Amino acid sequence: MLWRIFSAFVKKEFYHILRDRRTLFILIGMPIVLVLLFGYVVTNEFKDASIAVLDNSRDDLSHELRQHLEASGHFHIVADLRSYGDLEGQFKTGKIKMAVVIPARFEDDFFDKKQTTVQLIADGTEPNYATTLVNYASQMILRFQQIKSGAAAAPYRVKVETRMVYNPQLRSAYNFVPGVIAMILMLISAMMTSLTIAREKETGTMDLLLVSPLPPLLIILGKVVPYTVLSFLNAVMILVMGFYVFHVPVLGSLPLLLGICLLYLAVALALGVLISTKSETQQAAMMSSLFALMLPTMLLSGFIFPIKSMPALLQHISSIIPATYFIDLLKSVMLKGNDLSFIWQPTLILTFMLVVLLGLALVSFKVRKE
Amino acid sequence: MSSTADHIIEADKLTKRFGDFTAVDAISFKVKKGEIFGFLGANGAGKTTAIRMLIGLSRPTEGEATVAGFDVYRQADKIKENIGYMSQKFSLYEDLTVRENIRFYGGIYGLSRKKIKEQTGRIIEEVGLENSAGNLVGSLPLGWKQRLAFAVSMVHSPSIVFLDEPTGGVDPAARRQFWEMIYQASAAGRTVFVTTHYMDEAEYCDRVSIMVSGKIEALGSPAKLKEDFSASSIDEVFVQLARGGAVISD
Repeated sequence: MLWRIFSAFVKKEFYHILRDRRTLFILIGMPIVLVLLFGYVVTNEFKDASIAVLDNSRDDLSHELRQHLEASGHFHIVADLRSYGDLEGQFKTGKIKMAVVIPARFEDDFFDKKQTTVQLIADGTEPNYATTLVNYASQMILRFQQIKSGAAAAPYRVKVETRMVYNPQLRSAYNFVPGVIAMILMLISAMMTSLTIAREKETGTMDLLLVSPLPPLLIILGKVVPYTVLSFLNAVMILVMGFYVFHVPVLGSLPLLLGICLLYLAVALALGVLISTKSETQQAAMMSSLFALMLPTMLLSGFIFPIKSMPALLQHISSIIPATYFIDLLKSVMLKGNDLSFIWQPTLILTFMLVVLLGLALVSFKVRKE
Repeated sequence: MSSTADHIIEADKLTKRFGDFTAVDAISFKVKKGEIFGFLGANGAGKTTAIRMLIGLSRPTEGEATVAGFDVYRQADKIKENIGYMSQKFSLYEDLTVRENIRFYGGIYGLSRKKIKEQTGRIIEEVGLENSAGNLVGSLPLGWKQRLAFAVSMVHSPSIVFLDEPTGGVDPAARRQFWEMIYQASAAGRTVFVTTHYMDEAEYCDRVSIMVSGKIEALGSPAKLKEDFSASSIDEVFVQLARGGAVISD
């Protein structure tokens, strides 16, 4: 009997979803759009960056350095400047983002004095991009120096060798795939659930449900289960896209990974139900979801900005955002291949959040108004 | 006074306050089994609040009430099994078809598949929607939506059905059709508790109560009320009441 009631409810919910183009787009289009957007547009990786070179030396060695920079495929020398005066014009038009200044007597100083200085000038209006370019160019120049000095190297030398573990090529996909999963699951589970409950309140159909002998828990479950299924499929879809399109690996156990997704989903759904009990209209539900859930999930979870560099207050806020722990867990399992013994702590915190939120949601979902 | 057994709804000094505002002020009345009871009053007189207390959507501040023999405070779940409700907001799912709506409400009341099929056929025929059963409810004219909502509120064959302003916004012909359905429900032994602010509809009821700012100021059969107030219509009774003065007869 309960099962029959429940299935009638779920069936109705699927009619709503399938017949509303907006909902369908958010459910199916949004994850794809976001993954592609983050994959191809929002990225720190660069290719063929346009740079200028001011070569004051014009000897064999400076020529080789220029070739070395271009050979990487990351830099494209678009301007060969004659004087410092030309530099500003190049930056102002925005044609170049970085200039490499090679001093006079470059080759002579390098081999005779064993000391010379190459200057890198970058456009600071885009700080992230500028930093990336400068870092990369510095590394290449260092490498150039090593090749050229070879055996003639100074006797005392500290050689720095870096290796980025878990993401050797520093692919941004390794970061955004977990981030997008956190965002999408929050969007679909919390926002869509709160919207659909608020819609029933707005149209008055909620009253009919409350007047029926349905237990309140069943009303909530009937609303939540279809979205759980769909969000879960979305998480799988993003993982698959991450794996095949952006080569993000899953080193840890897949069941553990999916289990974590389910846990986070449940937290998001509880948040959605909680929001819907506080909002009488769809618009109110939408606003609360956007400001209380989506923005923090995007900005304060460590997905876009690193938590460690936030001011103390924001770090505290970040520590109560479910996505903070979820992204940490995802990376831990996907990239480091950790098992539960390494990640029990964030898992426990998420579980605790779930219990608290679920309790609050059930208490505030009242059939009878005082 | 007739015996309690014949009364399917009883309210005794039922009161609802929101802060300092008393929406429903100690109303007392009894509704007989099988009767069409009109709950009249201007907009904002407290009709909807009163109905919401009776059907378990709002907890009374004070007073007693039983519906179908069950207490509104403690046995709201029992009450729900015995009542149907149609709210003043038109309340079926517009993005579901006629048939899907009937099946859904049948489903949440736990009817068997066979029973749902039976009821679907009956309701579609009763409302006259044979040709639109597969259409989205949102595409139907308002009068049809209202009649469908009424029929759907009785999908589980409740002994009482509460109608809150069921005929708002439609023309007199559609209202007349709706009242035909109320008569049919009543003839089938169902108690109909209907709120309205159309005074002409009061004439169709067995008995009416008239609410003015949270209080019941008159209660009785339409004929009796007209006699007591020496009025030619319930509308006149209402106008007199709005100026002050109360008569309760049974």
